[in-house]
Amino acid sequence: MTAVFAPMPPDPVAAPGRPGRPWIAAYDIRLALPLGAFFLVFFLAPLALLVLVSFYADPVMTRFGLDQYARFLLDPFSLQVLGATLWLGVEVTALTLLLGLPLALLLTWAPARLRGLLTLIVLLPLLTSVVVRTFAWIVILGRQGIVNASLLALGLTDTPLKLLYTEGGLVLALAQVQMPLMVLPLVTALSRIDPNLADASAALGAGAWRTFLRVTLPLCLPGIVAGCLLTFAAAITAFITQSLIGGGQMLFMPMYLYQQASSLNNWPFAAAIAIVFLVAVLACVTVFNLVGRLSRGYAQA
Amino acid sequence: MRRDFDWFSFHAAVLLLAGLCLVLLAAPTVIVVVVSFTSGFSLRFPPPGYSLRWYAALMEAEQLRAAAWNSLVVAGWTTLLSVVLGTAAALAIARSPRLSARLLDSLFLSPLVLPALAFGLAALMLFSLAGIPVSKLTLVLGHTVVCVPFVVRTTVAALSQMDPVLLESSTSLGASRLYTFRRVTLPLIRPGILAGGFIAFMASFDNVPVSLFLRDAATDMLPIRMWQDLEGRLDVTVAAASSLLILVTVVLAVVMERAAGLSRRLAG
Repeated sequence: MTAVFAPMPPDPVAAPGRPGRPWIAAYDIRLALPLGAFFLVFFLAPLALLVLVSFYADPVMTRFGLDQYARFLLDPFSLQVLGATLWLGVEVTALTLLLGLPLALLLTWAPARLRGLLTLIVLLPLLTSVVVRTFAWIVILGRQGIVNASLLALGLTDTPLKLLYTEGGLVLALAQVQMPLMVLPLVTALSRIDPNLADASAALGAGAWRTFLRVTLPLCLPGIVAGCLLTFAAAITAFITQSLIGGGQMLFMPMYLYQQASSLNNWPFAAAIAIVFLVAVLACVTVFNLVGRLSRGYAQA
Repeated sequence: MRRDFDWFSFHAAVLLLAGLCLVLLAAPTVIVVVVSFTSGFSLRFPPPGYSLRWYAALMEAEQLRAAAWNSLVVAGWTTLLSVVLGTAAALAIARSPRLSARLLDSLFLSPLVLPALAFGLAALMLFSLAGIPVSKLTLVLGHTVVCVPFVVRTTVAALSQMDPVLLESSTSLGASRLYTFRRVTLPLIRPGILAGGFIAFMASFDNVPVSLFLRDAATDMLPIRMWQDLEGRLDVTVAAASSLLILVTVVLAVVMERAAGLSRRLAG
């Protein structure tokens, strides 16, 4: 799933310009019609409806106007929520990169059998329920959790620290939850680097640090960008973790949207929030993709 | 290679950070499992004593069991629909140089990047506009949209890695297209479909954002039920339920690794 944004491998048989038997390589495009129709009705139509509803000026949906967007974009509170959400994504991405890159390196160094086991350990958080993973963090960060228990036992503090409903705790929890999304593309990118290059660098007298910084790191830049993209997108949309670990104090875009939609039943405003959120995510994905494309050229140069 | 301080410091730094990362990845899961065996009433770690009382409490947790059953049923139907629709679509767009195939590929994978909560709200709007009340059906339809990309991706990857020579040999030996599909293509891409179906199933079972909007009041879904229990009171029963879920996930993941080479397919 992390290879979602990797380019499709080149296909020698179905290449254009090759005469003869195209039907062997590619099946009829009409086989995609069922899913295409399904997506048209149940994916594209809802999104179009979402855009439409966001243009209603009032909660009871009687007249049109840009009021909802004005309400969001001119409101300091709403903008702060958006800013806090994007900043959270940046913090989580930075932490996962700092910890994930060494783990990816370890995975590429490991022998085959150990590598399979390590990969499974990395994959497991992705497969377990998000509620379970978040609950584990509540256990760790809570007043009676292991961190506070250790701190109290070591005598470093007299009363349990409030770790649970803080931004630091949230960043840590999200980093663990999203770590596989960073590590897996990095492993792919690192394993594609020609090992002879590192050997050549060492033969020319460069130390381990220098080889890493000047050879390995630039060459795995596309993987870093892919990992950052996935982690960022997942961190800012992580509804459950944000609300369980963040608590009521910190409001982020997903919960903001949910509150407006369900408790307050203000669908037009909720739709506007959703569209602003969608646009923000798409903008970030586009930026990441652009950087990724540029870095690919740099890596192959 | 000179094993000097530079070499050692680099490898030590990498091993230290990687070790920290592994602890970060595994510790929460381990802690949940250990805490679920506590004899006390709170989520203290390490627990004051050990007992199976919370697993016994799970036997009587009617709400959780009903919610788990609902999640299972919805995930089952979602996976079935995703595999059928997704495999057909993957066959059509894999190895195809046409622009339409590239566009469809992006379209079918786009639910992965977009916030599921926004989609859930949008789907709810569509259903209420069309006058369709929310039910298990709307849940399955919504889940399929966010789960089918996993099937499409792994199946397309499996098709791309298939050697076209095999297909050519089959047809040159006189087999019909259907026979070739049934006896050559399908067995070769089956691991890819299996891996995608497995991920789709887990994604549907664990899904919260779409379920929040598209379920009716009577249909409880397990992750939402657990989330509400967690927000209301930090019940150790949730820890027992979580441990069971972890165990089932680990077992299924190992089975999938043996059957379909899961780690290879997801790591690209």
